Amino acid sequence: MTDARSSAPAVDPSPAPVLEVSDLTVDYPQRGGRPLRAVDHLSFGLRAGQTLALVGESGSGKSTVVRALARLQRPSSGTVQLGGRPRTGAAAYRREVQMVFQDPFASLNPAHTVDHHLRRPLIATGRARRGAPADAAVRELLESVNLTPAADMAAKRPHELSGGQRQRVAIARALAPEPRILLADEPVSMLDVSIRLEILNLLDQLKRRHGLALLYVTHDLATARHFSSEVMVMYRGTVVERGPSDAVILNPAHPYTRLLAESAPSTGASREQARAARRERLDQRARRTAEQRETTAEGGCPFRGRCPSVMDICAQRPPVAAVGAGHQALCWLHREGPEH
Amino acid sequence: MSADADVVLSVEHLSVEYAGERPTRAVRDVSFQLRRGELLGVAGESGCGKSTLAYAISRMLKPPARLTGGRVLHRSRDGVETDLLALEGEQLRAFRWSRQSMVFQSAMNALNPVTTVGRQFDDIFRAHRTGWTAERRRRRAGELLELVGIDPARIRSFPHELSGGMRQRVVIAMALALEPEIVIMDEPTTALDVVVQREILDEVERLREQLGFSVVFITHDLGLLLEISDRLAVMYAGEFVEYAPAEGLAGSAAHPYTQGLLRSFPDLAGVRRELRGIPGTPPDLREQLPGCPFAARCDQVFDPCAGQHPALLDLDRGTGWSAACHLHGLQGATP
Repeated sequence: MTDARSSAPAVDPSPAPVLEVSDLTVDYPQRGGRPLRAVDHLSFGLRAGQTLALVGESGSGKSTVVRALARLQRPSSGTVQLGGRPRTGAAAYRREVQMVFQDPFASLNPAHTVDHHLRRPLIATGRARRGAPADAAVRELLESVNLTPAADMAAKRPHELSGGQRQRVAIARALAPEPRILLADEPVSMLDVSIRLEILNLLDQLKRRHGLALLYVTHDLATARHFSSEVMVMYRGTVVERGPSDAVILNPAHPYTRLLAESAPSTGASREQARAARRERLDQRARRTAEQRETTAEGGCPFRGRCPSVMDICAQRPPVAAVGAGHQALCWLHREGPEH
Repeated sequence: MSADADVVLSVEHLSVEYAGERPTRAVRDVSFQLRRGELLGVAGESGCGKSTLAYAISRMLKPPARLTGGRVLHRSRDGVETDLLALEGEQLRAFRWSRQSMVFQSAMNALNPVTTVGRQFDDIFRAHRTGWTAERRRRRAGELLELVGIDPARIRSFPHELSGGMRQRVVIAMALALEPEIVIMDEPTTALDVVVQREILDEVERLREQLGFSVVFITHDLGLLLEISDRLAVMYAGEFVEYAPAEGLAGSAAHPYTQGLLRSFPDLAGVRRELRGIPGTPPDLREQLPGCPFAARCDQVFDPCAGQHPALLDLDRGTGWSAACHLHGLQGATP
């Protein structure tokens, strides 16, 4: 099931990270201007058998993190190290780090059968020899993602599959090289609501069965909480809050995380509660002047233009403050914590 | 159908199909009533027919889609009934936008990129408010922008100068420009980030309280609908399978599909539990579906489901709550 119940507390640092990201910075060049900093000095580790959720809105830089980790984007500075090894060649790295993309309609080749999609990585990475061993490996992969009967599914092409089935093929393909790290970038946001949880459950099972380190990138706080042990919340290239998933999402310390949590639909509230909450939000928005909203983030806290609790000091770069066990927020509101 | 004075839109036995070698029956015998000031949520997965329904009641179906049956009646504030499906030419043009308007999923891209926002408001008024002076049109456009929380100075902006959320607000302001009685919204916030989505929804709710229009709100996001709807219809395979007051549906959904959809949205703050979706895929709408269309995916399926089509029947819960499921009293097959 979910991490926090089945494993030790998320803050337990015991297993060494299988992928270690240090001071990762990615800049995109802009025509006639300074480069855009999409990821700003980000450090974290992925551990075997654990899921780390990376949460943020569009434009927060979360997909750039995935691209850098998949070596599809060269970082401007910082390092990504596999299991403590300072350098890993491209082929060896790709065997260990695999991706599941957002859109299973675009990530599979319409001209190829499911069998081809799975057989090719098996052979290319040396996980199975051509012929009978590869046949068996393809069958095993299909069965591991519940695409059965395997023989029928292997013969199909992508257009004969539903969105959920395609995403299962994409997951099976990612597993073919027997990676230790799986990067899942919004793996369910293009799928129908009724099958999203099936796919997330599948990823969760596979993670436990194979001891995968999983990076789950999403804009959805609810599934981030339910399917991961730790959460990082990203805003404009910076992680503004991180910690055990329940702590971050149920007791958010950063005003941005609070805003995200308040914005999620809550099925539990009564209509009166919902109406009262709406009035409160509308009032709060009306109180913020246009001037505050237009503030640029230059130098200080990236969120201060939208922050309901903004103070003068926010024009300076906020400190990383400890707000609980393994729980940190990048915010002046919590500066009683260790200052930088 | 009762002649409820409160009803502003009455949809009766509406069916739509897409022509083809085997026609796709996308909307199958759908009936509902929209009350004045009410927000009716329509939830369902992609391909269930919810957008086709929206296009049908807006008279915007294009071939190969065609209406194969049913009526859509609009009742104005002074009790005049109009059969929407009978409107033609100039009558239809006059009805659209002034009585019933629409906000689309891709509305943020529906704005014309080469003219200003103000100019696009102007188009609406010049078409429908022919007597208005330029000054009056400009003033009204400014008021409308202010209504949705945008600085009236933005009237001189081009769409690309606005954020996605602001563009969606502009489109909502346009939909409200002629004070329609009904606004049909098809996934109006789906392409937006959660925070912006929340702002837009709050704005829609505030405007509805202020102006009293009715809304048909179509989305796949049942969690969102539970919060904003007065009543809620759940659509599956072209049919309404449950029709209920939104409050209370979360706890006592009658149809196994609704129950499954509800399970598919983990609550942010809820206890951690085993999360399940709904296995399987919806049926092919080109097929005749003799039994219950959900039978193949249903975890409570029993004998009659395979052969008998369940009708949408009142559950006697006193609120018009109805469901199309054999679990709730075995029903006669529909004709």
